[in-house]
Amino acid sequence: MSRPPRRRQRVPLALLLPAGLGLLFLVLPLAGLLVRAPWTTLPRRLAQPGVLTALRLSLETATAATLLCVALGVPLAWLLARVEFPGRRLVRALVTVPLVLPPVVGGVALLLVFGRRGLLGSWLDATFGVSLPFTTAGVVLAEAFVAMPFLVIAVEGALRGADPRYEEAAATLGAGRWTTFTRVTLPLVAPGVAAGAVLCWARALGEFGATITFAGNYPGRTQTMPLAVYLALETDVQAAIVLSLILLTVSVAILAGLRDRWVGVT
Amino acid sequence: MTAWWIRATLAGVAALSLALTGCGGADGGSSADRGGTVTVFAAASLTETFTTLGRDYEAAHPGSRVVFNFAGSSALATQITQGAPADVFAAASPATMKTVTDAGDAAGTPAVLVRNQLVIAVPRGNPDRVAGLADLVRPGAKVALCAEQVPCGAAARTALAAAGVRLTPATLEQDVKGALAKVKLGEVDAALVYRTDVRGAAADLDAVEFPESARAVNDYPIVVLKHAGNPAGARAFVDHVRSDAGLAVLTAAGFQAPPSR
Repeated sequence: MSRPPRRRQRVPLALLLPAGLGLLFLVLPLAGLLVRAPWTTLPRRLAQPGVLTALRLSLETATAATLLCVALGVPLAWLLARVEFPGRRLVRALVTVPLVLPPVVGGVALLLVFGRRGLLGSWLDATFGVSLPFTTAGVVLAEAFVAMPFLVIAVEGALRGADPRYEEAAATLGAGRWTTFTRVTLPLVAPGVAAGAVLCWARALGEFGATITFAGNYPGRTQTMPLAVYLALETDVQAAIVLSLILLTVSVAILAGLRDRWVGVT
Repeated sequence: MTAWWIRATLAGVAALSLALTGCGGADGGSSADRGGTVTVFAAASLTETFTTLGRDYEAAHPGSRVVFNFAGSSALATQITQGAPADVFAAASPATMKTVTDAGDAAGTPAVLVRNQLVIAVPRGNPDRVAGLADLVRPGAKVALCAEQVPCGAAARTALAAAGVRLTPATLEQDVKGALAKVKLGEVDAALVYRTDVRGAAADLDAVEFPESARAVNDYPIVVLKHAGNPAGARAFVDHVRSDAGLAVLTAAGFQAPPSR
């Protein structure tokens, strides 16, 4: 992971100009939020009970969704990176579908499968009395559906970048595929998994469309921060800005803490 | 190399500006006509009727075009007060209209266009035999309401309070169409929505009327906006929907005519 030495050169204007514009485009809306934030009433607004409830629910569900994504996504990424099987390219394309699908459509699709009358949902309801829509578990499911591709893509990239000779050496020394995976592969791509998990968590934290469609909106049960922001926007723009700032602060803090590590991997 | 790069950039800029002025030109040209484009922000519950009324208006005013933005009234009010380019605002409650008039964004006083009442939307055939609000709190019953921030949610709260029913809904939807969709998909057993919404989805749903809805009748105010890009077209559209022919479309969908008429 050594980098080529950088020579000091004049940065071409043709790159500097669009780069500056790009940065401005990303940063200006955030500046808008900060400028319009009701700083004087901020402490009082933060102390409102609904705010902390939504924040806690958001953090809990995003974390649970990330754990689910890691548990299922890492093996999936390994399969895509290490095992030759027919239709692998198709599977890889399918994994990225939630990336391009409008999240609201993802939510409807989840309802059609896990809903009360859904393909699996009706069976779950009849057999176990389990109903996922309008529950916190439903929020986790919706977030995981939308966020998992980020994890799979990051981990698969890390696996492809990892030197396969370590795994081959482990195999020649008699280690089975499972042992090789847990003892060699996983430690090797751990930074990649961490990076993917962070991306996945950030995406889950901001999830709106699939959540409100599949899990609905009820304070304390399924109302995450983005949903609270949207509803606050209906009546009180200032409150919406405060909620957004909280979400922004939390996510920026987390991402900044792990960003260097992530860059180091890719 | 440099010359090539400059030429390419200039060509790109030229193409871009052409595309931009092309778009602007089309709009500017048509609004110079008698009709022009009328941008209407209307409550989600007006989706079907206003779409019809917009087509009628376009037919009656050749060369004109009506563009709609349908959403929860509160979201629309926020968009308007934040400077969204709208000509007409039709809200589902005086409270959401007040946001706009208080901000000084309305031209003139809003007029009450129609009134609407809540019903209980149930799957077709009413399998759970829901007869009134009290049936919605039966154990295991799942109900969708609108969030209190939007007019249908405020009306639902008033009606439930009038009936003395303490209901814990499965979900509080962002607009009336969201609540309606949850019943249509069979994810909830019932939802409190407008009579007109069920009328529009009669193939899937039945409406159960309940007496307390009379206590929570919603007036739908309509107004031309102050910063309308096409004030003449805006007034013409408002006149059109408030005409007898316009009201006929609205009442056929289940709206009630305003009391003053």
